[in-house]
Amino acid sequence: MQPKSTTLKILDIVSVLLLAVSTYLALIYAPEEATMGQVQRVFYFHIATAWVGMLGFLAAAVAGIVYLRAQNPKWDIVEVAAVEISLVFFFITIVLGSIWARPVWNTWWTWDPRLTTAAITELIYIAYFMLREGIEDPDRRARFGAVYTLVGSLSVPITFFSIRLFRTIHPVVIGSADPSATGTFDMTGGMQVAFFFALFAFTVIFIDLFWNRIRMGNLAAKVEQLKLKVMH
Amino acid sequence: MFLQDAPPDTSSYMIAGYVVFFLVTAIYLFSFFVRSHNLKQDLNALENMKEESAPPPAREETKAAAPKPKAKSTASKAKSKPRQAKKKVTKK
Repeated sequence: MQPKSTTLKILDIVSVLLLAVSTYLALIYAPEEATMGQVQRVFYFHIATAWVGMLGFLAAAVAGIVYLRAQNPKWDIVEVAAVEISLVFFFITIVLGSIWARPVWNTWWTWDPRLTTAAITELIYIAYFMLREGIEDPDRRARFGAVYTLVGSLSVPITFFSIRLFRTIHPVVIGSADPSATGTFDMTGGMQVAFFFALFAFTVIFIDLFWNRIRMGNLAAKVEQLKLKVMH
Repeated sequence: MFLQDAPPDTSSYMIAGYVVFFLVTAIYLFSFFVRSHNLKQDLNALENMKEESAPPPAREETKAAAPKPKAKSTASKAKSKPRQAKKKVTKK
């Protein structure tokens, strides 16, 4: 395995620092919300993890398209890396949303269009890994993965627009909210700083993790090739 | 809760949210580290196995040593030729 490049090492350190600053802004710098109280601070990481989750699922779909065109196994590694990281972030989004919902909606979970579509998206990508495990042939597995992520990525815009298209209680941050939405609030200057900084920080963290995960994927591919050489 | 003047105390939910975030992130990073470590170990083991399965270095030495007797024989031939010449001279 090639040693880590200096750029990646710097990106690792920058990511940790950005996460620390973002946590400070969300927990201390941003003012307390008047009606929901402290639980509103969960919102900054809830939106930021959702953003990178969706970004990764779309990146996986793009990698899938490139794989189908180029038939280069490197794009399969990129695709798997994007899905894995997004799956973790999107899981955090759902759990944070549930924690936020308990005091605001008085329930941990409700089958609201946004919550339902988000849960379906998460399950689609969990199934992606389960189904991949069932295919032995690497070429077939990669081809299947590429088509699957392409079709699966349709769930991302459906999840994003679900609160804009359907009647929902989930608040809308950007754009007009449904009148029946509960938990909507106007962001003050301090809140906006924490919000946009969290979006920026999590984008950098995502790039860093993505890069590291691709390196690990390349290493796994090298190990597989060596196994075949040694066995034959 | 929205009819109250002061914000409700929902700090326990906020703490739970951030604990979940850092816990899940830490678990993922730990699994990432463990997988990466295992792959590096596998790579080292496989490279060692590959080296062991390759032809032993002793054979290479014998191959390298093989031309030496030839050199000796040619030298002996070269040495023997003057002897023959000497013999011829003595005959004359």
